[in-house]
Amino acid sequence: MTGATVQVGRGPSLQPLTQDTPVLIVDDLSKTYADGTQALSGISLSVRPGEIVALIGGSGCGKTTLLRLIAGLDHASRGTVQVDGETIREPHPNVGVVFQEARLLPWLNVAGNVGFGLAGLPRSERRARVARALERIGLAEHGGRWPRELSGGQQQRVAIARAFVTHPRVLLLDEPFSALDAFTRRDLHDQLLGLWGETKPTILLVTHDVGEAVTLADRVVVMRPRPGRLDETIDIGLARPRDPVAAHHEGAVRRVMAALDRSLRPAATHPPLAPETRAAWW
Amino acid sequence: MRQGGRVGLGLVLPLALAIGWEIAVDSGLVSGRLLPPPSRIGATLLDLAASGDLLMHVEATLIRVGLGFLWGAAAGILAGALVATLPILRWLVDPSVQALRAVPSLAWVPLFILWFGILETPKVLLIAVGVFFPVYVGVSGAIASVDRKLVEVGRIFRLSRLALAWRILLPAVLPATLVGLRTGLGLGFLFVVAAELMGASEGLGYLLVDGQQFSKPDQIVAAIITFALAGKLADMVLVTLTRPLTRWQDTARESL
Ligand SMILES: Nc1ncnc2c1ncn2[C@@H]1O[C@H](COP(=O)(O)OP(=O)(O)OP(=O)(O)O)[C@@H](O)[C@H]1O
Ligand SMILES: [Mg+2]
Repeated sequence: MTGATVQVGRGPSLQPLTQDTPVLIVDDLSKTYADGTQALSGISLSVRPGEIVALIGGSGCGKTTLLRLIAGLDHASRGTVQVDGETIREPHPNVGVVFQEARLLPWLNVAGNVGFGLAGLPRSERRARVARALERIGLAEHGGRWPRELSGGQQQRVAIARAFVTHPRVLLLDEPFSALDAFTRRDLHDQLLGLWGETKPTILLVTHDVGEAVTLADRVVVMRPRPGRLDETIDIGLARPRDPVAAHHEGAVRRVMAALDRSLRPAATHPPLAPETRAAWW
Repeated sequence: MRQGGRVGLGLVLPLALAIGWEIAVDSGLVSGRLLPPPSRIGATLLDLAASGDLLMHVEATLIRVGLGFLWGAAAGILAGALVATLPILRWLVDPSVQALRAVPSLAWVPLFILWFGILETPKVLLIAVGVFFPVYVGVSGAIASVDRKLVEVGRIFRLSRLALAWRILLPAVLPATLVGLRTGLGLGFLFVVAAELMGASEGLGYLLVDGQQFSKPDQIVAAIITFALAGKLADMVLVTLTRPLTRWQDTARESL
């Protein structure tokens, strides 16, 4: 009756996929907005199935633009995005999105929001998936609540669950935790990894927080502004579950910081930045 | 204070005035010829009710308001939705509608009488015109201001156009639409008086005219009171019927 055309969790396409076949391929992507702003220039990136890639970079360097192009919400000026070998021209059933704001539908309760993308599934399956996701995000008791009755962190969790339950192959997260305090964030990192463990989607995560990038990602990609382009890539290479206070974790954080530094002053002749400037930058 | 207490407090003033007036007339302080005491108004109301006249008049009025409301609301919703979704129509039609909206609706009365005579058609039409504008404004404004970010959520889940309208646009515009309907219903009661004053042989407005022509102030006040009760009742029915649709809202509708 609701007439959704959503095809949920279609799974791998016909061609055989191995661990090394990228699920997401961004090729020479550029975007110039109608007002002449060049937001992205020549972005190329491939991501393997199940990989978590963090994208970090300063405000206005085009992170949201890149995610919107990959999601098919906007059109590129040049270049292509492929998911499972299909070129993205509009939103794709295998690509899920969590926006920077929760964007819950205020007229649906928590369970209704989580199950919003599951209209194509039988009722029992829908219920089961919603219940499991609510359990995962610690909101099992709150399925009947209205979004306005939730805290900001709880709303964000619902938005994440809503994206996960359709079992997308690729999940795009645009600074989903940036509005939250450090405690809540730690909690949500665990819950995100819990959800991720169920279907192992490929995740592209935009963040401003180096600690968060190192806690979650297999790879950290640094972006540079005006026009937005990719800079260094840092392989984190730590086993999961990770311990944020362990020494090798600290080492990975330092490597990312160093890459940010190099990105900030590409010419070696520049004097080193004061630590305060560095902190303010991201 | 609890709700009951507050309602009780609101009744104190009218009751005191009514009792005061009753005593003043009773004790011969005033004649009560032009404004009869509550007891006489009550007696008139009971007489009208007992003879079945009251029910007949109320029914006639409610049917007119009901028909006018249905036509006006349907036209307002349709026109508002079309104008908000089709830019061409918006540029073509909306300026004219806004201009017509500026005409005090009672100014249509002579024209409607010329066109349609003095039977039911011009009455229902006048009420429909009164209902149309607030509904039109409410619906078109609501659709135009639907949050683009929520529409994008629909796009991400690949809703068809129909599903997008049903699952996102409709719930998003419902609150403003209901406010428009409620305002429209109130205006419907305003306009039914005007419609019935322009010549009717039944209806609460007829009771008003009749009471004026034959100097029956008790009948006029009785009709006014019935109008108030009928309007309030209709509003309560509308609110009660639609409350489940907007329970999710932040603002408590009871306070509207
Ligand atoms: N719709 C638009 N029209 C014109 N320019 C835009 C539009 N959206 C973004 N831009 C510009 O494109 C550039 C990149 O914006 P984008 O939102 O992608 O940055 P971001 O990296 O996500 O920043 P932040 O970290 O602050 O969210 C900015 O200069 C911005 O002003
Ligand atoms: Mg952004």
